[in-house]
Amino acid sequence: MTTIDGSVVPRFAPGVRLQFDQRRNAWVVLSPERVFLPDEPATAILRLIDGSHSLDAIVADLVRRFEAPADRISADAAALLRELSEKGVVTL
Amino acid sequence: MMPAPPLGLVAELTHRCPLRCPYCSNPLELVRAGQELDTSTWRRVFDEAAALGVLQLHLSGGEPTVRNDLPALLRHAVGAGLYTNLITSGVLLDREAIGDLAAAGLDHVQLSFQDIDPAEADRIGGYAGGHDKKRAVARWVREAGLALTLNFVVHRQNLERLPEMIAFGADSGAGRIEIAHVQYHGWAFENRSALLPSREQLEIATAEVDAARTRLNGRPVIDYVVPDYYAARPKACMGGWGQRLLIVTPAGKILPCHAAESLPGLVFPRVQDASLEATWQHSDAFNRFRSTEWMREPCRSCDHREEDWGGCRCQAMALAGDAAEADPICGLSPFHERVAAALMESHASAAPFIYRGVTGRKKLPAIAVRANR
Repeated sequence: MTTIDGSVVPRFAPGVRLQFDQRRNAWVVLSPERVFLPDEPATAILRLIDGSHSLDAIVADLVRRFEAPADRISADAAALLRELSEKGVVTL
Repeated sequence: MMPAPPLGLVAELTHRCPLRCPYCSNPLELVRAGQELDTSTWRRVFDEAAALGVLQLHLSGGEPTVRNDLPALLRHAVGAGLYTNLITSGVLLDREAIGDLAAAGLDHVQLSFQDIDPAEADRIGGYAGGHDKKRAVARWVREAGLALTLNFVVHRQNLERLPEMIAFGADSGAGRIEIAHVQYHGWAFENRSALLPSREQLEIATAEVDAARTRLNGRPVIDYVVPDYYAARPKACMGGWGQRLLIVTPAGKILPCHAAESLPGLVFPRVQDASLEATWQHSDAFNRFRSTEWMREPCRSCDHREEDWGGCRCQAMALAGDAAEADPICGLSPFHERVAAALMESHASAAPFIYRGVTGRKKLPAIAVRANR
């Protein structure tokens, strides 16, 4: 398992977008022929993928807002981004 | 309990198509142009879909680009907040038309390929010059900044060129390649004996896909759909009947799956008469095989019943003669031996393709069937 450099700026891959769905009252990831329905912690990370936040900046933002150890938030965010990268949803 | 809202709507805008692929998923009885829904009805259907909770609209066919109102329909769907996916053979598109679709807000193009060898691709698709056009279309789609998936439909007569298909896909700028083994419904069921791969071919192909995935590391992603005649367990067809998708045919019928019209005894509401929401939630057609109450043994007490949902209803109909049976692909089905019999028959066969067409089944001159490698 490769580690992700904290300075990497994750971006959604072409044809992928995060959108708020009124009917489900939740954020959804729409990608080519796939829909992902992220849970709340994943949504918090995904909403910070804006082409300017680095992984370090995403983690710093979440640490300010959520009561959880920084190393755990960092590990969770990196794991999610790695998984979505393998699925072609984000580019790192 | 109300079913969860659907994730996707497959809008079969037309059954017209310049290609005549012998594995087309359209029904044998094709809808004529004069019976197609008009622009304003499709717009209303898209609005109803968005209100029902549909997130993705798959514009399909037939060949959806034969509709002159495609850009207008697309703009309307985008305005309704739907993610739009165009499923096309590409042969009717040019650079300008692709630019128009991109400007209308299209999110993604799925471009089909029949093979990687131009002559073979054109023979399988029944359309001269199609393959070279598709290669140009792949380039134009990327130049227009649109996300692209290449869809290679594979079977006995083209599997040996899988490595070249993957190599082309990797160089094309596509984010995804789908390697989709033919699924045996509709026209493909008619042509089963000419299309089913051998077990050896399948094993080589699966190993090639595994190796390519490791080598390419998600750039592009490779999706691989296996031919379930060789599977030990059935697929959760459509993610479960009435659970994720609905289909609207060119003439307006609302279906839980592409082949559902092959099931006797089901009445499918039409968008001219019923809303998508009422059909999704309350129609007998959508409730008949939803969830697990309809199941018999071996499904009823099976630990996998909420993973595969009993498999494919249309395959149960085609192979076991009863849509409420377990999908005979399953090793636990009392009809499972019919799958093995179909494989045996196919391996002994050099059947010619029956090409798809509106005028009915037409046998074309026999073609040489390649030796399995």
